Amino acid sequence: MAALEEEFTLSAVPLGAGPDGLLGVEQCDKTDQFLITDGGRTVILYKVSDQKPLGSWSVKQGQVITCPAVCNFQTGEYIVVHDSKVLRLWTNEDVNLDKVFKATLSAEVYRIHSIPGTEPLVLFKEGAVRGLEALLAEPQQKIETVISDEEVIKWTKFFMVFRHPALIFITEKHGNYFAYVQKFNSSVLSKYTLLLGQEENFVIQSFTASLDRKFISLLSLSSDGCIYETLIPIHPSDPEKNQQPRVVRSLLLKTVVSGNARNALSVLDQDHVAVLGPPLPASKECLSIWNTKFQTLQVSKELPQGTSGQLWYYGEHLFMLHGKILTVIPYKCEMSSLAGALGKLKHGQDSGTQTMPHFVNWETSQGYGLESKNSEPSKRILRRRTIEPSVQPEVPASQQLLSIIKKDSEKHIEIELRKFLATKRTPDFHTVIGDIAIGLLERCKTEPSFYPRNSLMQLIQMHVLSYSLCPGLMEVALEKTDIQMLQLCLQQFPDIPEAVTCACLKMFLSDAVQDEKMEEQMGILQNGFNPEEDNCDNCDKELSKKPQKTVEETTSCPVIPKRAALLNAVLHSAYSESFLLPHLKDIPAQHITLFLQYLYFLYLKCNENATMTLPGIHPPTLNQIMDWICLLLDANFTVLVMIPEAKSLLLSLYKFVKSQICICSELNKIEVSFRELKKLNQEKNNRELYSIEVLELF
Amino acid sequence: MGEFKVHRVRFFNYVPSGIRCVAYNNQSNRLAVSRTDGTVEIYNLSANYFQEKFFPGHESRATEALCWAKGQRLFSAGLNGEIIEYDLQALDIKYSMDAFGGPIWSMAASPSGSQLLVGCEDGSVKLFQINPDKIQFERNFDRQKSRILSLSWHPSGTHIAAGSIDYISVFDIKSGSAVHKMLVDRQYMGVSKRKCIIWGVAFLSDGTVISVDSAGKVQFWDSATGTLVKTHLVANADVQSIAVSDQEDSFVVGTAEGTVFHFQLVSVTSNSSEKQWVRTKPFQHHTHDVRTVAHSPTALISGGTDTHLVIRPLMEKVEVKNYDAALRKITFPHRRLISCSKKRQLLLFQFSHHLDLWRLGSTVATGKTSGKFLVPGKHGDTLPLSKDADHLLQLKTKGPENIICSCVSPCGSWIAYSTASRFFLRRLNYEHDNLSLHRVSKMPACLRSAVQIMFSEDSTKLFVASNQGSLHILRLLEGSFKHLHTFQAQSGTVESMCLLAVSPDGNWLAASGTSAGVHVYSVKRLKLHCTVPAYNFPVTALAIAPKTNNLVIAHSDQQIFEYSIPDKQYTEWSRAIQKQGFHHHWLQRDTPITHIGFHPKRPAHILLHDAYMFCIIDKSLPLPNDKTLLYNPLPPTNESDVIRRRTAHAFKISKKYKPLLFMDLLDEGTLVAVERPLDDIIAQLPPPIKKKKFGT
Repeated sequence: MAALEEEFTLSAVPLGAGPDGLLGVEQCDKTDQFLITDGGRTVILYKVSDQKPLGSWSVKQGQVITCPAVCNFQTGEYIVVHDSKVLRLWTNEDVNLDKVFKATLSAEVYRIHSIPGTEPLVLFKEGAVRGLEALLAEPQQKIETVISDEEVIKWTKFFMVFRHPALIFITEKHGNYFAYVQKFNSSVLSKYTLLLGQEENFVIQSFTASLDRKFISLLSLSSDGCIYETLIPIHPSDPEKNQQPRVVRSLLLKTVVSGNARNALSVLDQDHVAVLGPPLPASKECLSIWNTKFQTLQVSKELPQGTSGQLWYYGEHLFMLHGKILTVIPYKCEMSSLAGALGKLKHGQDSGTQTMPHFVNWETSQGYGLESKNSEPSKRILRRRTIEPSVQPEVPASQQLLSIIKKDSEKHIEIELRKFLATKRTPDFHTVIGDIAIGLLERCKTEPSFYPRNSLMQLIQMHVLSYSLCPGLMEVALEKTDIQMLQLCLQQFPDIPEAVTCACLKMFLSDAVQDEKMEEQMGILQNGFNPEEDNCDNCDKELSKKPQKTVEETTSCPVIPKRAALLNAVLHSAYSESFLLPHLKDIPAQHITLFLQYLYFLYLKCNENATMTLPGIHPPTLNQIMDWICLLLDANFTVLVMIPEAKSLLLSLYKFVKSQICICSELNKIEVSFRELKKLNQEKNNRELYSIEVLELF
Repeated sequence: MGEFKVHRVRFFNYVPSGIRCVAYNNQSNRLAVSRTDGTVEIYNLSANYFQEKFFPGHESRATEALCWAKGQRLFSAGLNGEIIEYDLQALDIKYSMDAFGGPIWSMAASPSGSQLLVGCEDGSVKLFQINPDKIQFERNFDRQKSRILSLSWHPSGTHIAAGSIDYISVFDIKSGSAVHKMLVDRQYMGVSKRKCIIWGVAFLSDGTVISVDSAGKVQFWDSATGTLVKTHLVANADVQSIAVSDQEDSFVVGTAEGTVFHFQLVSVTSNSSEKQWVRTKPFQHHTHDVRTVAHSPTALISGGTDTHLVIRPLMEKVEVKNYDAALRKITFPHRRLISCSKKRQLLLFQFSHHLDLWRLGSTVATGKTSGKFLVPGKHGDTLPLSKDADHLLQLKTKGPENIICSCVSPCGSWIAYSTASRFFLRRLNYEHDNLSLHRVSKMPACLRSAVQIMFSEDSTKLFVASNQGSLHILRLLEGSFKHLHTFQAQSGTVESMCLLAVSPDGNWLAASGTSAGVHVYSVKRLKLHCTVPAYNFPVTALAIAPKTNNLVIAHSDQQIFEYSIPDKQYTEWSRAIQKQGFHHHWLQRDTPITHIGFHPKRPAHILLHDAYMFCIIDKSLPLPNDKTLLYNPLPPTNESDVIRRRTAHAFKISKKYKPLLFMDLLDEGTLVAVERPLDDIIAQLPPPIKKKKFGT
């Protein structure tokens, strides 16, 4: 699946002032950095993901750069040739090209080639090839002439063929094309004549080549708009033979562009080519990706401001001049398959546009650069602020926030979120909040170190979140044992599944709460915490008669205030018995006992006043307490019976139930008596079946 | 306005029969209600829920099923095994036909209305063809092993669902054989009950069968596969009835605990097309079993053992939030069960199978004079009784038929009453404290049964409206009678006259049916004098004023007209009040006026009452407009206040006595009011299902 993504420009400065546009775009030894050689006097080093130049060098007035600057991957130096014969070598530290190393050669240079893993090669206009090292050792050495008089090199490319460098260059003479393959392991130069087939009168506009095992696959774009393939053997079968072997080119793709304009071609991989040019004579220029295997158009992008007819491709980026601006279009391609090729256009749109935001945002390309994280966040903010209002005012703030969430630091997200929440609420506010929460959670899942606690807390406190709006939030909080967040969730969410409620309960009853006692005390108390401790003090007096220590504990508050507050949050949450029961069985018996002791304590507190309520802002109601006692006993009775610590508790609960039954039966008796009284009362009324009264109408 | 001595009577021991079935007719917006004593009542929901017709009950005719078919035809079936069709015009039973399947428990008319199904005790489902004049047995379906308690047609008419004991059968109409048999769980709250009775089924067009049963379940079945889809446990007791709306987007069930549950088909999530049945609203308007429910397009209708007919409008379906959107609870019949002899101060109470004659007591209290009258006390005083009320007589009817109507003559010497097949006339002789009763035999052949009976003021003439639309006049002599004349029904109509009014001078007779206008006959000349133009709403009460011979007519929409019989036109006052319109609170009353009377000395006064108020209209006073207070329950505090309010407007209202079944003027300063407190009725009902209040 090939897909072109949103383009971005490398500089606002117009480039390609010369008639031939840019001289070249070359890779550097650092990823994401490229050397751009302008047609005039300038070489610029760009960091693509940052869309900014890292350095710029110019030759003196009167001098002209004649071949694109390259990077020596072995030394990290940059090499450029000006005035055809003068070689310059420099590094990042150098400022002025005039003062750097200079070597004047005896012949005119056509191109310098440099690819990783080998020393740069210098191709002279006469067809001779030298290694850079050898050349620098003796700059004025004699350079032989390889090609004939009127032959002109049209195109060249440097490969590594089985770890050995190989150079191919195409020459033209009177409409005939010749291919030369120079291999350096054997220093053999093979010459081939390209047979154009029937379309003799068409000019070849652009070449590109790729390696295909034993052959170099040379693709050429003719002025008839068709792409032809020529297979050139890497290992010439019969080198001794004097006669030049001929290679025939075959039609690969028919009429992909209109032939009249300046078109360019670049192989992307073994099945895909990128073609730059207008698809129809009248139309604007387009960048198209073609699948050569299935002969299908994969994706096409219009470039309305025109191009210079040049196209470079490195890694995942396509470079071209769009108008006068150097433009980078990220390109992605997966293994091609028939299904993928056929369903391509539709699918490509989905996958391409949905994952990427529809605006030029420098964060967009950041995902493709690997070294982007080093840059300072403060600068970024400044920069983004200046870009946002001017470039994309219509982009919803939530979308921007979502993209920030994907990349930025917790602190920055927090600041941005606060800003976002301060703005006016839209009708879909709660779904937006849900999306933001999900965005945060997704990043939590992928980056274990990322946990934007404050941002999540902020979101929960907006009172619009529910469990179903951001599934996974509580799971993450459980994973991080973020008790405070769980408490907040329990208080705010109306729809927590019983399993999660139970998991919270399990955590609250575990030692996790105790451990954090010291450090968290402050925060919890601030957070609307319902303290039980003031009650605990005065309730000790009633229970002195019991000898067992455990019972004493049940009547003084059996848990610390913090835990009590957490448990209260659980008591308040909604549940359905049948779903809760199975999960309650998983809680260890000791914890069940503790919880029961706490519930019993609450019950006793309830009994202290006539209204059967607890003090505090949001105390659990008597019904909630009773329901939870019943649930816990239902779920764990057999276990509890076996535990000696629970014995006294069960006994007191038993006594309490017994007393309740007594009360109810008494109440029922009273009800019957009342009914009899009511009947008697009715009979009394019935006696007045007849009376004579005075009525006055007004 | 004046002070009255009021005989406040609460010993009318009337208990309405429990409601067994209701059937709603969408075409005419009428509701048929059958009661446990076999009475069938027709309520016109468009006419302010007025009970416009009734068919008297019969001891052996316990109605178990009631349905409308072929448009306006009403059928019932009961435990005597007979299917009955009612004649809604002549207020008579058209015919009854034995289904030969033992007691009939259920009946359902096909969606097209052309076929009738009955479910019998012997497990048979019988199909009848409805012909224009009768029904004709067509065939039996496969017999089941126990009684068929409920039936429902699929809206396409191809299948039916039949609820039995422990299972539901789905029948194919063509073949008559059971396609599916769906067994219902007997379990009830974990305890296995002996049997699970399917009290009701409803077949929806998507093939879902909804059943309600004695275990308190509402269950949804897939009739195509015969599988249970969903169960709602709605009650700890039986769920006894179910009714589905025509749109099939809502249904209602009634439980033995008196609760009515509304179920609605709602979307699972907003803007999703998937819908499911959800129990939405519970209503507790009944204290006892809800035996039957109906679903009109705008209201849920329920009735049961507690004798109330409850009409609960669905607020979301009511377009205008006016008084029609209010809950209606109809308990008492919209007709008079009490007649009064002014001369002897007698009250005759009509029960279903007997009549009670009471003599009112008296007081010797003498008090201040107010105006011309001697009034023995001030407002609200209860006077000491010198003599208590006497129960003089209980007259039991022979035979199984209920009494339709009864009347005691103003002189107190005659009692006339009628059942569906016989007319009775009794002569009472008073000798000091002894009362003797003589039967007047040899009633004329034309007098078979009566819908309404009326004596003339001087007790010399008896007017009888028969159920064939004719009116008979009898002259009463000492111990015998003479048939004077019969006014035949207007040509082409057989509509029965339900209401009669006689002018005090005995010259005029007014009679009204349920739809046509009021006819006025001249008794002297024995011919039709005039017809009051027909009005949209049925007449609820009629009376002719003394001296002026103005006919006062009350309609179910609470309008009152005064029509001058001699002038054959509406009176000025009537025109005036129609022009101005009645007070909105007057129009919003929800019970009809059932009796109209006049003051012998004050011709400007009209006395009338409904179940919740008693009113004297003083025609000489200005009419109230909507800004004035129609009724002020607080007595005036000072003298000037009294005068101001006395002269305020024409409607003098008292709501002291309620529910008021009868109120009339005995003499110039004495009224009699018969109340029937609801508590007394409830006390006589079987106890409701006891719900434990404490310690469930």
